Amino acid sequence: MRNVRFILLALAVAAVTLAVARLIDNAYVFFAGYVVLQYIVLATAWNILGGYTGYVNFGTAAFFAVGAYTTVVLHKTVPLMPLPGMMLAGGVISGVIGLGMGYLTLRLRGTFFSIATLAMAVVAQTLITNWYFVGGSRGAYIIRPSDSPIFSGDYIQYLFAIMLLLSVISVSIARAIQHSRLGYGFSAIRDDELAAEASGVPTLRLKLIATALSGGLMGMAGAPLPYYVTYLDPASGFSLSYAVNTIAMPLIGGTATWLGPVIGAVLLGTLQQVATVTISSALSLLIVGLLLVSFVIAAPKGIVGWFKR
Amino acid sequence: MSNPLLTVSGLGKRFGGFVALADVGLQVAEGERLGLIGPNGSGKSTLVNCLCGTVKNDMGQVTFAGHKLNGLSAHQRTRLGMARSFQLPRPFPTLTLAENVRVPILYAADVKGRRAVSDPSERCDELLDMVGLLPKADRKPADLTQIEMRKLELARAMASEPRLLIADEAMAGLSHQEVDDILALLMNLNAQGVTIVMIEHIMRAVLAFSQRLVVLVAGRKLADGNPQDVIRQPDVVAAYLGS
Repeated sequence: MRNVRFILLALAVAAVTLAVARLIDNAYVFFAGYVVLQYIVLATAWNILGGYTGYVNFGTAAFFAVGAYTTVVLHKTVPLMPLPGMMLAGGVISGVIGLGMGYLTLRLRGTFFSIATLAMAVVAQTLITNWYFVGGSRGAYIIRPSDSPIFSGDYIQYLFAIMLLLSVISVSIARAIQHSRLGYGFSAIRDDELAAEASGVPTLRLKLIATALSGGLMGMAGAPLPYYVTYLDPASGFSLSYAVNTIAMPLIGGTATWLGPVIGAVLLGTLQQVATVTISSALSLLIVGLLLVSFVIAAPKGIVGWFKR
Repeated sequence: MSNPLLTVSGLGKRFGGFVALADVGLQVAEGERLGLIGPNGSGKSTLVNCLCGTVKNDMGQVTFAGHKLNGLSAHQRTRLGMARSFQLPRPFPTLTLAENVRVPILYAADVKGRRAVSDPSERCDELLDMVGLLPKADRKPADLTQIEMRKLELARAMASEPRLLIADEAMAGLSHQEVDDILALLMNLNAQGVTIVMIEHIMRAVLAFSQRLVVLVAGRKLADGNPQDVIRQPDVVAAYLGS
């Protein structure tokens, strides 16, 4: 019941956000807002595996880009497919990759798991770079439709609305998990895997659920990307900054709860967008670095942890 | 033995060239209190790990409550009703005491076919109350003293509603009074019908607790029987004191 109430509340917040953005009536608001929303999804997805279960994934870019390239493939093969369908497909493929990653790295813990995920991102990027059907290293051009298919307005408004909905979905999932049996299992794995097994927690199955769910949501977040950027090449799709941002946001916001990644993503994402416009785009990574260092020193449990003291 | 709950036969485990367990056979009856002793390195903890599925035995067979356990993972064994406490307490540090106990309630006690827990929160309180930790239910394990940590370990093991509890050195490093506390706790659990295997170095506690004593030396079972008889057996004395 609490979950239903939360979803309704989140939908209301999303509706208000969309209405306000439309009132401002400036396309840039949608372009910038889309990126912030995308990071809410990525940070929330990362936190299911990294924060709840304790497995630090450096391969965000791989899941994200696989989602994006799924859209490139579908755009070329079934151009009439609506975007939500493509997102679902990207989510499923990334989820399966997450499942595979979880299975192959199940013996790895801590740093070793993180290195393996980073390596997986490199492998995926190499494969895509050499796949000519999706443009190879030259990249792929996608022509963005001019109008939104469901309401009057630009297509970017449609992308914004879709990402808003996906944010609501992922945050609701993360919140539901946090208060569920699954959430207790994840926490037990994060704290002590051996003791978790001894307490009856099927650690392998739960880890696979976490990797698949986290990867799937990241893939869904990446699927609309080709329509957003209109030109996608492996170097930008697999950019390390996705991985770095996605780790920094939950760490800044706090990894223990669903709220942390949301706060971190809104704060850091907005700051980066503002810095990109007012100062320079190169500054945004510097901001991440500085914030990360100061939070690790001053508030290792993030903003949420800071207030809970 | 009329009704063995746990049967171990021909159990063997080696780590590389080191033979940790060789041809260990053992039966534990339902409701029994068994003491397991042996010098350091004799294979007690390896035996526990083999029983609980933390490590795989190379040879032999473990049967528990009619189930053959070979190939089952640790969590499946816990769900069948075999719980353990760890030699060094391993609480979930980021969870409160109540949540620590809640994990096995959700994952082991509440699964198909076994007595379901109708109200997990109430059961959490009950278990914490049993070990005297209820006032600290909302605290984290880091706030606990050594004995409280041991008690939490036992409460968490009991939360899976086990038929067999393996207490692996639950009293090591505790004071005289604290040993008596834990001992009373284990006796109380046994009175409620839980079969208990106690692994312990504190002879006073083992002798007060056990109905039967098994001695492991260098991975082999040296003796098995009435505690008072077993500790007078010349080869057992030799293993501990040297001949």
